[in-house]
Amino acid sequence: MSKYFDLTRRNFLKSSAAVGALVLGTCFAGAAPRMMAGVLTKPSESSKEANLFVALRPDGIVEITCHRSEMGQQIRTAIAQIVADEMEASWDKVVVIQAKGDLKYGDQNTDGSRSIRYNMQRLREMGASVRHMMRQAAATRWNVSLDECSAEQHIVTHSSGKTLTYAELVSDALNITPPETDKIPLKKRSEWRYINTAMAHIDLKDIVTGKATFAADVLEPNAHIAMIIRPPVVGGKVKSFDAKAAKAIDGVIDVIEIPAPKGAPVFQPKGGIAIVAKNTWAAMKGRRALSITWDDGKNGDYNSEAFKASLLATVATPQKSVREIGDAVNTLAKANDKLVADYYAPHLAQAPMEPPCATAMYYKDRVDVWAATQNPQADMETVGSMVGMAKEKINVHVTLLGGGFGRKSKPDFSAEAAYISMKTGHAIRVQWTREDDIQHAFYHAVSAQHIEASFDKNGAIDAYLHRTAFSPLASTFIQDTTRPLSAELRLGFTDNPINTPNMKLENGAAPAKTRVGWMRSVSNVFHAFAIQSFIAEAAHKAGRDQKDYLLETIGPDRIVDVTEEKADYDNYGGDKAVYPLDISRLRHVIEKAAEMSGWGRKLPKGRGLGIAAHRSFLTYVATVVEVEVSNSGDLKIIKSWASIDAGTVVNTDTVKNQVQGGSIYGLTAAISEGITFDKGRVQQSNFHDYRVPRMSDCPLEIEVEVVQSDAAPAGVGEPPTPVYAPALCNAIFAACGKRIRQLPIGDQLRT
Amino acid sequence: MITFTLNGKIREFAGDPTTPVLWYLRDEVQLTGPKFGCGMGQCGACTIHLNGVAQRSCILPIAAISGSKITTIEGLSDDGEHAVQQAWIEHKVPQCGFCQCGQMMQAASLLASNPTPSDDEIVQSMSGNICRCGTYPRIHKAIKSASKVMASVGYYVPEKTGEEA
Ligand code: FES
Ligand code: FES
Repeated sequence: MSKYFDLTRRNFLKSSAAVGALVLGTCFAGAAPRMMAGVLTKPSESSKEANLFVALRPDGIVEITCHRSEMGQQIRTAIAQIVADEMEASWDKVVVIQAKGDLKYGDQNTDGSRSIRYNMQRLREMGASVRHMMRQAAATRWNVSLDECSAEQHIVTHSSGKTLTYAELVSDALNITPPETDKIPLKKRSEWRYINTAMAHIDLKDIVTGKATFAADVLEPNAHIAMIIRPPVVGGKVKSFDAKAAKAIDGVIDVIEIPAPKGAPVFQPKGGIAIVAKNTWAAMKGRRALSITWDDGKNGDYNSEAFKASLLATVATPQKSVREIGDAVNTLAKANDKLVADYYAPHLAQAPMEPPCATAMYYKDRVDVWAATQNPQADMETVGSMVGMAKEKINVHVTLLGGGFGRKSKPDFSAEAAYISMKTGHAIRVQWTREDDIQHAFYHAVSAQHIEASFDKNGAIDAYLHRTAFSPLASTFIQDTTRPLSAELRLGFTDNPINTPNMKLENGAAPAKTRVGWMRSVSNVFHAFAIQSFIAEAAHKAGRDQKDYLLETIGPDRIVDVTEEKADYDNYGGDKAVYPLDISRLRHVIEKAAEMSGWGRKLPKGRGLGIAAHRSFLTYVATVVEVEVSNSGDLKIIKSWASIDAGTVVNTDTVKNQVQGGSIYGLTAAISEGITFDKGRVQQSNFHDYRVPRMSDCPLEIEVEVVQSDAAPAGVGEPPTPVYAPALCNAIFAACGKRIRQLPIGDQLRT
Repeated sequence: MITFTLNGKIREFAGDPTTPVLWYLRDEVQLTGPKFGCGMGQCGACTIHLNGVAQRSCILPIAAISGSKITTIEGLSDDGEHAVQQAWIEHKVPQCGFCQCGQMMQAASLLASNPTPSDDEIVQSMSGNICRCGTYPRIHKAIKSASKVMASVGYYVPEKTGEEA
């Protein structure tokens, strides 16, 4: 496994600390991370050990620990940029070590677009501490005052001109106590040399040469390959199976039943029958030869069309209030001119390019796991309970992820590998097929929404009623619950920025008849679709320009505090003093995207521009899409423009790439047929019937403006996604007058 | 016994002749550049060259490559020197990177047969390769850059370059 073991911390400890490296970490005192006051010359692997974030080796190499999962957002590079910048490390001496799952790092759940938000400050402090200690060590060695020593690019220079390299200072620094957090001088923004630049990501070369290690690339020559046929209906189980034909296939070693889960799904494997084989092809053949009869359980009646009708019926009647301003209900009752619209969006599968995959080796007293996981601590938990071991005994190594999008926050696949390894006593790699991935995802919620509004004499919204109903993600954790948590409603629903004297937001109950899970931007996707489509519809009704009307609808620059209306709203866990809902920032991105697109320019017949803007994960994004719709209803996206204000950003090019990719990910919601169910079974199986955007569906140019901001860092990975489908549908309306209220677009343009 | 050339070296395979080349490469010879994304020719993650032309290795039985030359990303160049790889670096194309070996092999094959493709020809040739991270605009730009380089230095001939990884 040499190819992979280089990434582990075991190696890190041996190669660095054991030979007298300077190692620094932070530890958590309650919620607020503080600098650990002490240098670890002899780090141990005990749980009291500090969190190792930076080690300066005697040869001058800096090892920076990345405790978040890499899935294309370039977090490994961003963490290194932050630490190396503050410590004044020379970039060619930086090595990134991927952390295993370990509670001591604090949160490792790479989800919710918060890696930078949660960690930037402590990483800066860590880097600055090392820089400070290097200066201190040099000052002591030279017997001069600290002020006379400056550090730059791995070298400390005295005002007289003499120099010492960081490598030469490592052993001296071992005797220096790190400074207190608040005494560390952090760099001024103007002094940053890596942060807020477009530097290339550290894994780029490995990726273009095919050397990057994803989950299935972990070389464990002894591993057997397992493939699993899982119950087609959530809550179903194996009734009986016949393994004779499968076992007769050359290369098939074993056939193992995986127990059905109990209680709420959480991240438990679905159960089913595993084929264990010498190689992947034998496993694939074995799986085809297996015959299984299923007991479908209570979700065997799940049918998407019927469910859609029930959701639409739910939002047609009054539901539980979530937030209320003024009296929308009475204002609407008295209005003689209303706009009423229902919106619908189907389930989606995340479908990361790399299907779920994990390798596990079970020992009597521990399990080693290598997985493409977004949250190694969830693997520890899930694997631990699957094999009956304490989570501390589960060593989870995180490989590169071939995309995550929320799917890989749920480590059912790691638990499968561990269970089969326990049963066979052999290292096992569980390889999911694309069919497995499409049919056994934790799906983006199916949703229906009803919005109605009345207008004042100028056409402005004077009352707004919005009902949402969707299969709640909460049901994955709380068995049979039909209500979303406020943490789901806050995703683009509770925090509606419309400026109106009368607003009522309601939520209707809905069951989940499958496993529901996070997908990039989660319920922001359908909420932004409905709200931003509706505002454009209202603009049209008022005979106004869509962009002007959008700006007027969000109202004057101000801070919106939705908790003033007693709404249950946690602002993504962000302090509202630091991360307020600031209308001026929303306005700015709208104006910027419009300006970039040449909003208002004359377009040929059949072309149209559409705009949408949305705040999510504390970041503001506006997108303009230009489309062409032919007479026969063929849709072509010409180009799109986006402006993003994510506060302080670490890598400007990564942000652009995320906005481009997040836009195209958002396009999935508009063009994919979605995931549908009949008799509880998913009807799609692979990319031929679960359509995802291809180059031919996409604009060849997505121009992105990253707002230069000193505001606190906010999310980047998810916020570009929700605006895309509504901007596209608004553009389609502008091009051909066809309003899309139900996704996918399908053949609605042909009628 | 099936005999063929892999990244410039003669190889033999005596196992199940229906084995897809992808699984031979990944399981038997540990060449993990070609990825498994769909297993039915829908996504291009497994793309390799068969006698210099892009092929989906997940649906290519090993029996079909008898006497042929195949190249994987590991054999496209010694250390990432191929114009397509260089263009990928220049445009910082990859996000997660999982699809990119397949994308580059497809692009290299396109440019080998058509060194100056039009915008539409690029779209046509690349639309069988899915990127869920949505790097298509950058892939398109990178191919245009590589095209300029390759048009000036002549065709890429796979069997002349590359060592086994
Ligand atoms: S894995 Fe071969 S085309 Fe998808
Ligand atoms: S870069 Fe992630 S799938 Fe293409």
